[in-house]
This record gives sequence, C-alpha cells and structure tokens, in this order.
Amino acid sequence: MWFDMGSRVLEESWVAEGDIMIKSKKLLRLLAVLAALALFASACGSGGDESASASSCGTDEVDGDLALFNWAEYIDEEQLAEFADTFGINATMTTYDSNEAMQSIIAGGNSGYDVIVPSDYMVSILIDGGDVMELNKDAIPNAKNVSDEFSGLYYDPTATYSLPYQWGTTGIGVNTAVVGTDFPRSWAIIFDPSFADEFSGSISLLNDPRETMGAALKYLGFSLNSTSEAELAEATMLISETKDRLAAFNTDSADEFLTDGNTVIGHGFSGDMFTQFLGTDNPEDYVYFVPEEGGTRWIDNMAVPVDAPHPCTAHTFINWMLDGDQGAALSNWNYYSTPNEAAKPGLDQELLDFVNDPSVVAGGPDSLELIEDTGDFEPNYSDAFIEARG
Amino acid sequence: MAESGPTVLDRDDNAQDVRAKHAVDDQFEVRAAKAESRRGLLLALPAWLYLMVLFVAPLLIVTVYSFATRTRSGTDLSGWNLDSYRKLGEPIVRDILFRSLTLAVITTVICLVIAYPFSYYLATRPERIRNVMLVFVMIPFWTNFLVRNFAWRVILGNDGPLTTVTEAVGLGEVELLFTPVAVVLGLVYGFLPFMILPLYAAIERMDGRLLEASRDLGATGFESFRQVLLPLTMPGVIAGSILVFVPSLGAYVTPEILGGAKTTLLGSYIVIQFLTARNWPFGAALSFVLMAIMLVATLIYFRKGGKTL
Amino acid sequence: MSVTQPRGATKRLLQFNSWFVYLFFYAPIVLLVIFSFSDSANVGVWGGFTLDWYSEFAESSQTRNALGNSIKIALVSTVISVVLGTMAALALERFTFRGKRVFDALLYLPIIIPDVTMAIMLLLFFSEAANILGFQKGFATIALSHVAFNISFVSVVVRARLAGMDQRLEEAAVDLYASRWKAFRHVTLPLIMPGIAGGALLALTLSLDDVVITQFVNGPGWTTLPVFVFGLIRKGVTPLINAVSVVMLVISTALVLLSLVTERVRSDS
Repeated sequence: MWFDMGSRVLEESWVAEGDIMIKSKKLLRLLAVLAALALFASACGSGGDESASASSCGTDEVDGDLALFNWAEYIDEEQLAEFADTFGINATMTTYDSNEAMQSIIAGGNSGYDVIVPSDYMVSILIDGGDVMELNKDAIPNAKNVSDEFSGLYYDPTATYSLPYQWGTTGIGVNTAVVGTDFPRSWAIIFDPSFADEFSGSISLLNDPRETMGAALKYLGFSLNSTSEAELAEATMLISETKDRLAAFNTDSADEFLTDGNTVIGHGFSGDMFTQFLGTDNPEDYVYFVPEEGGTRWIDNMAVPVDAPHPCTAHTFINWMLDGDQGAALSNWNYYSTPNEAAKPGLDQELLDFVNDPSVVAGGPDSLELIEDTGDFEPNYSDAFIEARG
Repeated sequence: MAESGPTVLDRDDNAQDVRAKHAVDDQFEVRAAKAESRRGLLLALPAWLYLMVLFVAPLLIVTVYSFATRTRSGTDLSGWNLDSYRKLGEPIVRDILFRSLTLAVITTVICLVIAYPFSYYLATRPERIRNVMLVFVMIPFWTNFLVRNFAWRVILGNDGPLTTVTEAVGLGEVELLFTPVAVVLGLVYGFLPFMILPLYAAIERMDGRLLEASRDLGATGFESFRQVLLPLTMPGVIAGSILVFVPSLGAYVTPEILGGAKTTLLGSYIVIQFLTARNWPFGAALSFVLMAIMLVATLIYFRKGGKTL
Repeated sequence: MSVTQPRGATKRLLQFNSWFVYLFFYAPIVLLVIFSFSDSANVGVWGGFTLDWYSEFAESSQTRNALGNSIKIALVSTVISVVLGTMAALALERFTFRGKRVFDALLYLPIIIPDVTMAIMLLLFFSEAANILGFQKGFATIALSHVAFNISFVSVVVRARLAGMDQRLEEAAVDLYASRWKAFRHVTLPLIMPGIAGGALLALTLSLDDVVITQFVNGPGWTTLPVFVFGLIRKGVTPLINAVSVVMLVISTALVLLSLVTERVRSDS
C-alpha cells in the first residue's frame, strides 16, 4: 500500500512541468553557492566560540554523561562501567588509532568528547592550538598521587592542562631462541650489517617516522628530537641501507611478528611486547630492552577538550583514574607502566618485575628521551622517512 | 522522435494548411523535447543537490586549504601561496606516482582477466543459480576489509597455511608475505567483485543470439569474443576497470599489511600528509592533482570505449 | 543470455576458472572461521577448540554496539543511495538536459577522491555545520557521508546495465501505458533490477567496510564495527576479531538469503 502511495506521488512529480523546473535549477545553483560561501566564510573565521568552564566544578561532581575518546584496549570496559555506576551516569568510549587523527577531530571543534588521551608531544600541540582547557585542580585532589618524576614535563610543566595516564618505552624485542642471548644491547643488532645481515628478512622497524628516524638518530649519537638537516640526512641514509634487511615496517603487529615467527628482531613498544610474550607458552624465549644508546620514553595523558560538553564529569573521571586502586586496576589490565605512586602497591608481581628490571633500559633512565614536536621542522621527519623507504 | 514535415497524409490538403498543421506539430515536438529534458533534470536533481551540499561544498573548503600554510597545531588560512603545489614537483612525488600507477594497472589487468571468464560463465547459468552464485561472490566481502587482509597475512606468512601446502605437495617453500606479489594478490582479492559485478551486468543483458549468429557464420570462439562479445560488453569492461583502477591507485591498507610498507605508495603518501606530518595543505594539493589525473584519464577512457559508461 | 552455452574445452576452462575464483575468495574466510575457534591469542596458531572468543564478543557491549551501529548505518545509507543513484543513472542514460556533462563528471568525483581527503573535508564541513546549527555528530553525519560516496557507485553499476539495453522495449511500454511512470515501473524497473541489486550490494559492502571517513565524522557512542576493529588491531590481532567477523558474516548472509528466498516465493506465487 505504501508503495502505491509512493508511486502516485512519484507519478505526479514526474509529470510536473513548467517554469517550476527552471526555477528549481536556478535555486539549486544558488543554494549550493550559498552553502559553499557560508562554510567557506566560517572556515576562515575563528572556530571554537563556546568554551566550557570547569572553574565551578567540585570534587566528584558530575554534570552529565562521560564521552571518553581513547586508544583501543587502553581501559577495561568493566572499569569504565564501574565509573558510570559509581556516579550514576552513562559512559561511552570511542576509539582512535593515532594522535593526529584524534587531534584533527578535536581541533575541528564540537567533537562531543569530554576526556581525551593524547601522547606527550600531542599535548603541547593541543595547548598551542587552544584545544584543551585548564584543569581545575580543586576538582582533582588525586593529582597528588602522580609520581614526582612526572612533574616538570616539557609539554606541560605545571600539569595545567593534562595529567599522566600510562607510560612506557620503545625498544627492541628479540627472540632469543633464534638469536641467542649473547647479543649487544644496542641498536646495532638492527643497523650494523655485521650483526644484522645474519637475520636479514626477519627484522622489523616501526612504521612511524619519529620512532624509526629517532632510533637511527640515537644509534648515530644524536638526539631523537634533532632539528639538524645534516643529522637527519645521516639517519635517512642509515634507514635506506637497513631497508633491505627488513621483513616489514610495522607498528601494530611488531610484537606478534616476533611470536609467530615472521621476525626474530622487532622494534616495538614495551607494554605491547610484554603482553605478547606473556601470552605465549614460552615467554622466557623473548626479551625486550631499550638499547644502550638510548630510546624513546612516551607518556600518555588525560586532557579535557576546551568545548567538552560535561567538564565536571571529565574532571571527576580524571580524579577517579588517579586513585591508587583504579590506577593499579588499569595497569594490571593493559600491562603498561603507571605514573601513579599510589597505584604501585596494587600492581601484579609480573608487571612489577618487568617494570623494575633495570636491565630493560640498557643505557639507564637518562638515555631515554621524550618525543617533542619540532614545529615547522616536523614534515622533514616524514619526508626523510619516505625517502628512506624508497 | 518522429520527424515532422509533410507526410503522405497531407496529400489532400492545400499547401498553406499543411504548413500550418506541421507548424503546430513542430511546436508540439519542441515542447515534448523540453518536457523530456525537464524530466531528466528532475531525475538528476536529488543526487545533484545532495552532492553539491555534501560533497562539493566540503571540497571547496579543502581547496582553500591547499593554498594555505601549515602550522604546528593546524593550518593558517590567511595568506594564499602555492608552496604545496610547488612541492609536487619534487622527484619523490614522481617516483611514488609512477609506482602507484604501475601497481594499479597490473591489478586492473589481472582482475579483468580473471573476472571476464567468470562473469561470462555466470551469465550462462540458469537464472536461479545465477543469483545464488552472485550472492556467494559477495558474501566474503561482508567480513571486515581489514580482517580479510589479516587473514591473508596469516595465509601467506612464514610457516603459514600456503607454504605448508606447497611444501606438502612438493613445490617447496613459498615466502610471499611482504613482497610485491603479496600486495598485488591482496589488491586483486579486494577489488575483484568490483570488476565482476559490472561485467556480469553488461554480459547478462547482451542478446546471446548475436553470439550464436556469429558461431553459425563460422567464426571461432576467439573471433566471436573479440568481434562480438567484447565490443558489446565494453561498457561493463570500462565500468569495472574504473572501479578497480581508481581505488587501487589510492590503496594503502593492503600495501601496509601485506607488503610490509616497504615502499611508499600514493595512498600512504596522502594519508601521511594529513595525519603524521599534519601537512594539510600539501595533502590537499596531492589529492587534487590525483583527482585531476584520474578525471582526465576517465574521460579519455570513455571517449575510446564509447560515449557512455 | 542463457542461449549461448559454452561447450567442451571452453566450458571446462570456464568452470575451472569459476572454481578457482571461489576458492580464492573463500580461502581467507575459511581461515577466519577456523581460527575464531582457536584457543590461542595468536591468530594463525591453533591452540585447541574453544568458544571463548564468541562469549567474549557476546559479553562485550562495546562490540555489540559497534556491530549494531554498522548495520543500521549501512541499511539506511544503502536505501538512500540506491534511490538517488538509480535516478541519477536514469537521468544520464535516458535523457538529455542542460548541464548533463557537468553532472556526469560530478558523479565521478566521490569515486576518485582519496578516502582520507573526503574524511578530512567532511570533518571540516560537519564541524562548521555543528557550530552553526548546533547538532551532535554521530549516526546522521556518518549515514550522510556514506550516501555521499555510495550514490556514485550505485549509479555506475546501474548505468552499466542501462547502457546499450534495448530501448525499444521501454519505448513500446510508453506507447502502451498512458503514464510514463507506469511504463517505468512495469517495464524499465524490472529490466534494470539486476543493476540496482548489484548497486545495492556494492553500497552495503562499502558502507560496512568504511573506516577512515566514518572515523572522522563520528561522534560519541556511534563507533562502527570496522572502526572498532581498526582500533583493536592497534592493540593486537586476536581471534576476537575473527569471532566478530564470523558473526557479521552469518548475519549478513542470513539477511541476503532471506531476501532471495522471499523474492523467489513472491515470484513463484
């Protein structure tokens, strides 16, 4: 029946003729031009009109549901649900897979998210772009739980806009059953042909310009935040010489390649490696370390977009996550390292063993660097990486 | 439309009456043609309007970006410049473009070679079986695209099913993962249905008696194919080729997962500009050049294959 | 077309090709299904039979939400794009009008534009629109975006069907039926139905698979399955992804087979 009604309507409009058609066509053009102009004008104009303010938020106050924007598998659904139940609200989590994708969405405005989880360098970019709000520390008393080593961070020295969430390192995972245990704890096992050629075709590097160029820079004795074109050129040469020895450039599955035999040496992240090794039947065959020349330390943080719909809920969530018990639950679930001093007593023994093992960072804590955004120099890194890859 | 002008029916009228009558006919013709044209426009209107608002307008915004400047936290729209377009002249861009074009052409040709016989055979099956067969072609593609790529990664990997089978059969070890072959395989896998569907649609609506006639006149199978079947199904060939070539040119997921990201292709290059390098102006400029090339190529392809799709 | 049956060697060759194609298509699917029952966190390593991944999927409200969102969006966007795309195809293949060539070119743009570019431009567009009109990004923005590219794909498939089709049938129908609409509905429409069905299938698939565009025009609570899977992969590929895919596969196959059966029942009666 509805189909017949629909057909009749269509029949009538099909038959409609006359000047209406010509006028419609002109109207159509006009509409399109107006739409384009309006959007063009507003694109040129300033975005972000209404910024929410959190200055009036009290501790444990909620002003609506929580919309969390986070990396995948970074928090247990159940932990999030517990938060929702405790405060009598709904909590949703949407995921992103790169800082830059998240930043594009947040900077566009009206994203609808209350809490985001940017990495170190991305925090500085968000602050620069005016996309995150100043945190009201009165609403986050648990901020005192954060370990002292996380104060004075370059990207947010006074923790005005962000508070640490989880952290880790980037290094190399090795299948000792194939490679043996007697190898130098150095980037040389990837970059030095006298060692690496033996494993040609079974090595992977991260598919990440900053991390991989950074590894090369560290091996060559430079800073991984170098803004010297000469140093970057040397690093580019090194990567392009290494390229033929590689199985792949891969970020997501570097750890899996190790355990399923596609590689025996893999550049990857601490928590990923650790979880993957523990998931095998023979975790003792694998080793993860940060080379003695140094490597990346990275810190993921919680921040609140400047136009967050529910800033008070956001603050309450951040405060809740910084509680000792919640911090321990988080790390015990995702196996990354916690910045939360109060959480440490609650950590699983395996995690503690891994984290506290000094041999993991072969060059000592001072050899680690945080990635910094190099501003206008930044495209040089991706250009260099692309050139190196061929 | 029937031609107007004096006809055999006007024999009995005088000349003036004939002219008057046909003048009315002519007017009628013109109005009928206009009505047709309006109907056509009316049909096109909804899609046209939709695309103007939800495609062209956003596209215009991004066009503006291609003339802007990259900043640390976004894009500075004030002050127009051609820097991004100038950057397109760098040799690396040419290399990437050439590599991507080659890959896309290879993928398209392989898809055509595999899909044509398949679609033909499909079109010769009884109607009931045809629909079922088509559905079975589509079913694998209702799994997630990424998951399918990962499944191939498992199949082609070291100690994976493929090499296990070839070793058992005596063909020896086969290490395809992270090679260009794996990438082509993955791309062909992903886009084959896009070639099959239009080809099938074109072959199926062809009048089979033409082929029979060709056979009766003594042509070999191949001659019938070349001179009857292929020309008549050319619209399908072209539609399928475009639907495969274009996404192949911009593909980046398959080359990363199955190829190990060991070379940079156009798709990855553009994604890197928008995301990793946060260089939107250059990303926009690259996109426009890519689209311009494809639009021109499509138009040329059309002219050669016939006026329409 | 069922007139010209291939014979002999040709027929065997064609059959072989068909079997090869199906084998090729289903190899990864078979693998997918098998390893969804594998008791090992590593896909590709068989660890014994288990249903754990399926129960994890059933318990994970996030995954189920994502699946539900994907299906809703795919259905809505397919219906709209099939209607608009078919109309566009008819306009281009059966009529001439001013600006036809422009319209033709316009329809190609969504096919040739790189995904990420379309994602970014729609992000900018919707963010600004949200600023002005004050709506929340989510279901509507995703569905609208999917229609934006699907119209073109549908029209390409339907046009391939229309082009060169014997128009005398349609012209005869116009003479016989008083109204053009009736002529269309009773003659043209059934003739182009395979093209429309093909276009609809294509649109459904493209919508269900879309990651980049969906990611950028998304809003809280509207994660779709491919975006969710994309995020999971960052953490590590486990057979959970297989289980999710198999469920999705079963649902979509069931839906399509159901529609095939009902169509057969309807045409038989």
